[in-house]
Amino acid sequence: MDVLNAIVVLLNFVIIPATAYGAQLALGALGVTLIYGILRFSNFAHGDTMAFGTAATILVTWGMTGLGMSIAPLPTALLALPFGIMVTMLLVLGFDRVVYRFYRRVKAKPIILVMVSIGVMFTMNALTRFLPGIGVDDIRFADGERFLISVRTFREMTGLEEGLAIRTTQAITVVVAAICVVALFWFLNRTRTGKSMRAYSDNEDLALLSGINPERVVMITWLIVAALATTAGTLYGLDKAFKAFTYFQLLLPIFAAAIVGGLGNPIGAILGGFLIAFSEVSVTYAFRKVVGYLGPADWQPEGMIQLLSTDYKFAVSFSILLIVLLFRPTGIMKGKSI
Amino acid sequence: MIAAMDKKAVLLFVLVGALFIGTGFLESWNTTLGIFNMALVSAIMALGVNMQWGYAGLFNVGVMGFVALGGLAAVLVGMPPVGDAWAAGGLQVLLGLVLGAATIVLAILIYTKMPPTRARIWAMIAVLVSGFVIFRAVFDSGVALVEAVNPAAEGYLGGLGLPVLLAWPVGGVLAAGAAWVIGKTALGLRSDYLAIATLGVSEIIIAVLKNEDWLTRGVKNVTGIPRPVPYEVELQASAWFTDLSARLGVDPIAFSSVTVKLCYAGLFIIVLLILIWFSEKAWNSPWGRMMRAIRDNEVSAAAMGKDVKSRHLQVFVLGSAVVGMAGAMMATLDSQLVPSSYQPLRFTFLVWVMVIVGGSGNNWGAVLGGFLIWWLWVMVEPIGYDALVFLTSGMAEGNWLRDHLLESAAHTRLLTMGLVLLLVLRFSPRGLIPER
Repeated sequence: MDVLNAIVVLLNFVIIPATAYGAQLALGALGVTLIYGILRFSNFAHGDTMAFGTAATILVTWGMTGLGMSIAPLPTALLALPFGIMVTMLLVLGFDRVVYRFYRRVKAKPIILVMVSIGVMFTMNALTRFLPGIGVDDIRFADGERFLISVRTFREMTGLEEGLAIRTTQAITVVVAAICVVALFWFLNRTRTGKSMRAYSDNEDLALLSGINPERVVMITWLIVAALATTAGTLYGLDKAFKAFTYFQLLLPIFAAAIVGGLGNPIGAILGGFLIAFSEVSVTYAFRKVVGYLGPADWQPEGMIQLLSTDYKFAVSFSILLIVLLFRPTGIMKGKSI
Repeated sequence: MIAAMDKKAVLLFVLVGALFIGTGFLESWNTTLGIFNMALVSAIMALGVNMQWGYAGLFNVGVMGFVALGGLAAVLVGMPPVGDAWAAGGLQVLLGLVLGAATIVLAILIYTKMPPTRARIWAMIAVLVSGFVIFRAVFDSGVALVEAVNPAAEGYLGGLGLPVLLAWPVGGVLAAGAAWVIGKTALGLRSDYLAIATLGVSEIIIAVLKNEDWLTRGVKNVTGIPRPVPYEVELQASAWFTDLSARLGVDPIAFSSVTVKLCYAGLFIIVLLILIWFSEKAWNSPWGRMMRAIRDNEVSAAAMGKDVKSRHLQVFVLGSAVVGMAGAMMATLDSQLVPSSYQPLRFTFLVWVMVIVGGSGNNWGAVLGGFLIWWLWVMVEPIGYDALVFLTSGMAEGNWLRDHLLESAAHTRLLTMGLVLLLVLRFSPRGLIPER
């Protein structure tokens, strides 16, 4: 029985990666949930907004490193992030102006807007791939210090058999996500504009009566969503790698997170993000080592003790989604149900 | 008015036909027939999606999954059984699956029959956990035995060895089953939920096909699914065929390939005509009018005593069955199941573009969209490349912008699909042949 080593393994392979992934999903789900709350449709283009934002950030990062700029030990991408966000903001505002605004005017059904967002998804994905140097290949753009704590230093510090590594990108992910969430909630709860957004989301007619300008609310929503999407995408890309079409596959866990938490409810989106991430990682992780440490000495369990192979990680978010739809369609935190 | 619209429809069909015939003269008849056969399959997929969207306003983002289930049916019905694999662990795999299904059924029974107390929750958890452990123990060892049998060529259970034409209805049944489960869960809730749930299920179906080697050989692909039509070599070897091609004065090798494609086309056209006939009958029946009434105003249809949820479930299952059938036909045409070839862009969204461009709510429109968009899909890439070559012809060789643009030509399809979808939804939401 070796509890300490078991905990270290668990931290290293489940808790830390799942926390970082959960933070990325939470930021993504916040964007989806905001669009749902204000514009009242499920935005299928969100994954590709993240991809475009990340690609823009990568281009700026390359430009900066080309000029010799760096904020080592942090990755240069963090410095480039604000510029990436600005480019993405322009793009989504452009799409809103050219595409979505018309459907708001004619008061189209939400399902039509979902279809429109799929058209936007393709166009954005194509734009991302057209960007010079992006294409369809894997891009790693994390520079600076790789580890906050590496396996070796951890072993030397503690003298344990198992090592624990915290990658810089994981730490950055959690810190940046926390800053974003605090800023968002401060904005939504304390500022006049944020309050008008919440009012518009709660009751459109009443908000219009009290003189809130709907176009302004929509514009600010898009700006926030572009910022959240670019941040989430860049953090995910830093943590793993950037590939133009992997972000489409993030749609399912992001939607699951937003629905589990209750669509339209920001706190729910964060909870949902972590719930999905922890379920996904723990269901697909082989607990062999952990159980081995917890059992008697010199004993290893025979099987891998893995509930599902990692190829089925979609199935995890999907099953959670189905369970929520069956038993509590409005989500954990009560979201909208129309 | 109606006569004028019909004239327009006929004209459009003639124009699309001219596109195909033109391709035949400019490229080759073999290529054209290849495109035409896939266009027939696409038209059937579009008919299925049109039932869901055009009749009932249901948004299915998982067409790809149902197509892939049809492909699975072609393997399960058409391929010969692998005797050694069955002897090694076939029954054990089946037993494992039965145990897994029994666990779920038992859990559902507990949920519905027991009073809602804490004991019910614990009983469900106990059943699910113990059932899962037993399922994995039986199933995993069976799978390992099956996959160890001649993994280079087989390593899976094979199919039933029945005529592959039977796979077409079976594909429909498989897809209908999946659709029923999804519909039961997601219909009756907000409309976006169906979209998200179908997106999820299609990803999972593809993941299963890619990873369950005992069933589909996974990424090793199943090739050589038996054909319902003669093989080229058989034709070339038969006396009457060489005689016929000599009389017609054509090369027997090229002619055999065209003949095989024509046989496929004949089969597909029969299926398409039957489906159109049924769809039109359904559309003009009281049932069709009820579906449109529900689509246009659920509240008042419900007030008239129509059961909106079960009608939605019905039409969702029907439409998915048609899509599954088309999937089986496609795998039969290709004679293979390649799980990694199922891409959402190609099998979900392309079919959507067909329905919307053709005219949602009009069966003929969906068919027209199937032909037109498939032709464009095949032709856009070479045309896009040629256009870029022409546009950049003023630039010097090796100019970075020119190279970049030419490199990007491969992504033209995505951009075109996105733009076409956006433009049609915006400016012509009723499509080329609108609903009557």
